Amino acid sequence: MFENLSERLERSLKLLKGEGKITEINVAETLKEVRRALLDADVNFKTAKTFTETVKEKALGQNVLSALKPGQMMVKLVHDELAELMGRTNVDINLKGSPAVILMAGLQGSGKTTMSGKLAKLLKSKRGKNPLLAACDVYRPAAIDQLKVLGEQINVPVFADLESKDPVKIALAALKQAKLNGHDVLIVDTAGRLAIDEQMMKEITNIKDALNPSEILFVVDSMTGQDAVNTAKEFNDRLNFDGVVLTKLDGDTRGGAALSIRSVVNKPIKFVGTGEKLDALDVFHPERMADRILGMGDIVSLVERAQEQYDVEEARKLQKKIAKNQFNFNDFISQIQQIKKMGNLKDLASMIPGVGKALKNIDIDDDAFKSIEAIIYSMTPLERENPELINGTRRKRIADGSGTTIQDVNQLLKQFTETKKMMKMMSGGKNMARMMSNMKMPN
Amino acid sequence: MGIFSFFTKEKKQQLDKGLEKTKESVLKKITRSVVGKTTVDDDVLDDLEEILISSDVGVDTTLKIIKRIESRVKDEKYFGANELNSILKEEIAALLSENEQSTFSGEFNTNEKPYVIMVVGVNGVGKTTTIGKLAHLFKSEGKTVVLGAADTFRAAAVDQLSIWADRVGVSIIKQEMGADPASVAFDTVTSAKSSNADVVIIDTAGRLHNKVNLMNELTKIKRVMQKVIPNAPHEILLVLDGSTGQNAFEQAKQFTLATEVNALAMTKLDGTAKGGVVIGISDQFKIPVKYIGVGEGIEDLQIFNKKEYVNSLFGS
Repeated sequence: MFENLSERLERSLKLLKGEGKITEINVAETLKEVRRALLDADVNFKTAKTFTETVKEKALGQNVLSALKPGQMMVKLVHDELAELMGRTNVDINLKGSPAVILMAGLQGSGKTTMSGKLAKLLKSKRGKNPLLAACDVYRPAAIDQLKVLGEQINVPVFADLESKDPVKIALAALKQAKLNGHDVLIVDTAGRLAIDEQMMKEITNIKDALNPSEILFVVDSMTGQDAVNTAKEFNDRLNFDGVVLTKLDGDTRGGAALSIRSVVNKPIKFVGTGEKLDALDVFHPERMADRILGMGDIVSLVERAQEQYDVEEARKLQKKIAKNQFNFNDFISQIQQIKKMGNLKDLASMIPGVGKALKNIDIDDDAFKSIEAIIYSMTPLERENPELINGTRRKRIADGSGTTIQDVNQLLKQFTETKKMMKMMSGGKNMARMMSNMKMPN
Repeated sequence: MGIFSFFTKEKKQQLDKGLEKTKESVLKKITRSVVGKTTVDDDVLDDLEEILISSDVGVDTTLKIIKRIESRVKDEKYFGANELNSILKEEIAALLSENEQSTFSGEFNTNEKPYVIMVVGVNGVGKTTTIGKLAHLFKSEGKTVVLGAADTFRAAAVDQLSIWADRVGVSIIKQEMGADPASVAFDTVTSAKSSNADVVIIDTAGRLHNKVNLMNELTKIKRVMQKVIPNAPHEILLVLDGSTGQNAFEQAKQFTLATEVNALAMTKLDGTAKGGVVIGISDQFKIPVKYIGVGEGIEDLQIFNKKEYVNSLFGS
């Protein structure tokens, strides 16, 4: 439903064409679009206003002629300013203390328990830590069970006391247990609470005072709207938290809350949750978040995902085959499998700037490859290795076997030949693996 | 009146209390913006814009409301800014009542037995809690309720629903964690049918609306239930978190595409979140808001009443 900022700006910047300089008058419409884009992304009303003012200050007087395209210049200005505001550098969590105590706090349903599990897994597998999880949500039914199940999945012990209804006591007992068993990190999961619930806010302050945590993380749902500011401020006033964790970023929310929170409490965003699996935890990338808020796709994540699934050894073999012009249908289908491994096609496509909107109402899923696969699987092994063997009668048989038509088969063969040609051209002595690893985005 | 005729004054006070924070700040802002002014000028409209946007009403809906007010200023030549409060209320109520035909009538179609409700939504909006409260609501009306624990994915979700079933005193059909949710739903409706239960409520795992496979799973759960009861589920309830911003639109859109959502529930309205996005959603998708959650207690679920909601937002 939202147009991305560059599209909006292109329209409004028509006003700027032919003007020598950006002035208060000719940039007004453009700034309105900037503000609108921010509000659509759930950036807080006041934050959006202040931000637009800042952008205006920076844009005024700039020479339009010197910039290749004024639209691009404005987008860059807005983008850079956003990234700047959300923090250029990454701030790590503080793991000092024995054990280091990490306290999780936030509203109901923001994802504290899942995030506690993810964090424990990260610290254990990537930092060589020996964490203990403490279940201090005594209110929500089965919250303790939930943490226990997660603990089992990642093989991290969970401290719980089903008899006690006092989170402070449970937290202290967990701390004692951690010391006793030589855990170097204690992650304390707490109940979700509303910022206006005096009793519950007092409770978490008491937990903080009792444990003296080295790191307090405020967990917030990335889909949160205007209220993000109030909640973050209230939690920060009470807890003076050290960092923010943004969850559910694998959805399609623009996530303007990230900017609002940052600008109100000025605390770094340290982690983002990007999926339901327990390793779906990522460090925060301000640049990508800026793109996202502006609705400009996330090409960097796309490239990263491609690289993750990319098998260097396989690629080297493939590259040799291409060079010798031996690329065949077996290779073709293994390429398709690789693409499919990267995830849902629509998700992937939507990360490409500009494409997301175009595809909005078109349903493409993994079925897109179904008929291609069927055709290839209906070929004999000999045919797959030697596509040039496929003559008229073979085509008829393949079409019948795959439930497609001869036209479909012809089309695939044509596509295949073209792909082969293109790959030969692209490879031209260059190493594919190197090409992939060089695919870094300019900043 | 139907089974929900107990929406009494007591309940209304609770709604007022839940939305108190909203009311105070909105009224304060409006009052501040109209003090010492006699006409609706641009400053007042700007302030109004801020109030609405800050309540998550969204840019489109806000512009729509402001346009209506502006045209009324033109048509009626002049009106004092102190009338703004009631005019604003009227205009928002008008947006909400445009889908009057689908307004919750206060009773469900009792010809359907069991009446099957499937509850869907993204992660962490409060589906399971809402189901617990909903079961209590039906039970207190003397209905027999069967819950179906078809969230077999999230750790301990089945336990959470079981605790609610115990608390409310209704039966629950469940399988192991990781079981096929469609199979749980099938078992639940089969059991409810043979025990002649009045209401079935199916819990489903939270899922982000942009995950095609997970959305397809919902379609499957629905289809499988229809093998037992052809027009089940009679109600597909999308639960929205009251603190969610504009993404709620996309949620409403995608869940509607996958499962033909025909009712909404807004949760967590007892916090500082305003839930204003519901105005736009109601306007755009013509799906009625049926329930609102205003606390964690078993009684803290209310039948949504558009007029009262608007009144509570702006004071009555």
